[in-house]
Amino acid sequence: MQTRRLRVLGLVMILMLLLAACGGGGEEAEEGGDTGSEAAAGASEGDEGGGTVGVDAEGVQALKEQGTIRIGVKYDQPLFGVNTPGGVEGFDAEIAKLMVEGIFQDGDPESHIEFTEAVSANREPFLQNDEVDMVIATYTMNEERDQVVDFAGPYYTTGQQLMVPEGNPEGIQAPEDLNTGDLSTCSVEGSTSLQNFQELAPDAETITFDTYTKCAEAMNDGRVDATTTDGAILYGLVDEIGGFEVVGEEFSDEPYGIGIPDGATDVRLYLNERICQIQESGEWDQAFEDTVGVVSDTPEPPTIDPAFGDQVFPEGSECPQASETGGTSSEAASEMTSEPAAGTSEAAS
Amino acid sequence: MNPITFLIDNWDLYIDGFIRLFRAANLAFVFAMVVGVVIASFRVSPIRPLQRFAAFYVTVFRNTPLLIIFFLFFFGLPKLGFTFTPFVSTVIVMSLYTGAYLGETVRSGINSVDSGQAEAARAIGLNFREVLGTVVIPQALRTVVGPIGNLYIANAKNTVIGTTIGLFVETTAAQRLANSTGQPIAAFAGAAIFFVVWLLIAAQVFTSIEQRVAFKR
Repeated sequence: MQTRRLRVLGLVMILMLLLAACGGGGEEAEEGGDTGSEAAAGASEGDEGGGTVGVDAEGVQALKEQGTIRIGVKYDQPLFGVNTPGGVEGFDAEIAKLMVEGIFQDGDPESHIEFTEAVSANREPFLQNDEVDMVIATYTMNEERDQVVDFAGPYYTTGQQLMVPEGNPEGIQAPEDLNTGDLSTCSVEGSTSLQNFQELAPDAETITFDTYTKCAEAMNDGRVDATTTDGAILYGLVDEIGGFEVVGEEFSDEPYGIGIPDGATDVRLYLNERICQIQESGEWDQAFEDTVGVVSDTPEPPTIDPAFGDQVFPEGSECPQASETGGTSSEAASEMTSEPAAGTSEAAS
Repeated sequence: MNPITFLIDNWDLYIDGFIRLFRAANLAFVFAMVVGVVIASFRVSPIRPLQRFAAFYVTVFRNTPLLIIFFLFFFGLPKLGFTFTPFVSTVIVMSLYTGAYLGETVRSGINSVDSGQAEAARAIGLNFREVLGTVVIPQALRTVVGPIGNLYIANAKNTVIGTTIGLFVETTAAQRLANSTGQPIAAFAGAAIFFVVWLLIAAQVFTSIEQRVAFKR
């Protein structure tokens, strides 16, 4: 008798879970749709008005009226986002300050930012559930993610590399060298690096942890032969722990973008314009030199080219567009730096 | 996306993780039962050093966060020359950890057995080991099937912490899918379904064992 009652209870619980799961998905889709239509309406009004673009656009003004902008950053990513007693430090945090300064223009961006810790798995839900306004957290722009959120940028492009013990005892130069069962490679679970690596070296033995420092620790113990992730992060580990070296060429493109809610077109156009401004003004170089620059030379800033949106900059923008130059992104980047756009100061105002 | 279709589309990855978790958790629980009975016997034994050792063991494992035990075991022992794979490490750590809790549970079961039982057993000439092994512990275990079932469920969920030392389980599969598909909610809901089904069945099994072995007092 009691057993039967329990069995029924069990079934009811399973059903409730399934219903809750399905319901959750549905609500999200609706929410996403709402934001999308609002933002689209805002954009079209802006176009009619003619002058309301960039920082004056409705979506950006709405952020300004909030007074503080909620930004998701990593708290444990050396060089990009590290939570210290003095606040969040790193390149992502610097980019966040520069973006927010563009909106408020009062010289005190930190008072308008509320940082929240973002880990890789909660970045999309944060944006979908309106818990943050932006995610700047070593967030690689890709097509799957673009279906649920929108991206501005990239503000930085890195590539995946391999890190091995100093002296490179196994002579590893490329992922193919690790494509045997004899050598093991370490990465962080649920990272794009792991996904890329497994595609390039499907037979490789992989071991995954939750942080890269554990990979470094396991490498020190001789348990793994190589660690793979974005070059900038590997250089951070070499700098912090030592006893390793980064080998071989970059074997992927990781454009880091600013994640924003799906359909927030005004904000996306504004942020792209703002990234372009800080690249032209040298603030980008300064932010890089102060953070990632400690372990790596300052590269050319990336060309802003979100492959997933048709319009990159607000109308009337002076920023060079990759699609207009028609070249590859590297060509476009060199063009941009060799002849700075004439109207930089206008665009900045 | 609907979590059910999501689950079906990525079934292979989930089931691979689930099988590993299932094996690790069940192996660990079997060893933990052995550890628990041994520790409980030590605690009620007349030999003082064994009592002290058992009390110390339980104190250490109950008061140290599991995450730290995992970390020290996996990253600390290699410094002393002992290296285990993530799977073996997880089974050992979980056996020791759940064993401490089971030890306390079994001890409370032993305390619930009427002292007349042990006295009668001694009166017919059984030694300490026989009194405990053939008279007291079988009765003790019967009374604590319910709490042991709770520990089985806790053990199953705690085993997931093995992911921090590189064990691949279904939540790792979920993490991987969350990244590659950009749909973390569907990915983790998929992993949760495995737990719910597994642990509901486990609860049922323990309930029926409890009913079968229970005796009226």
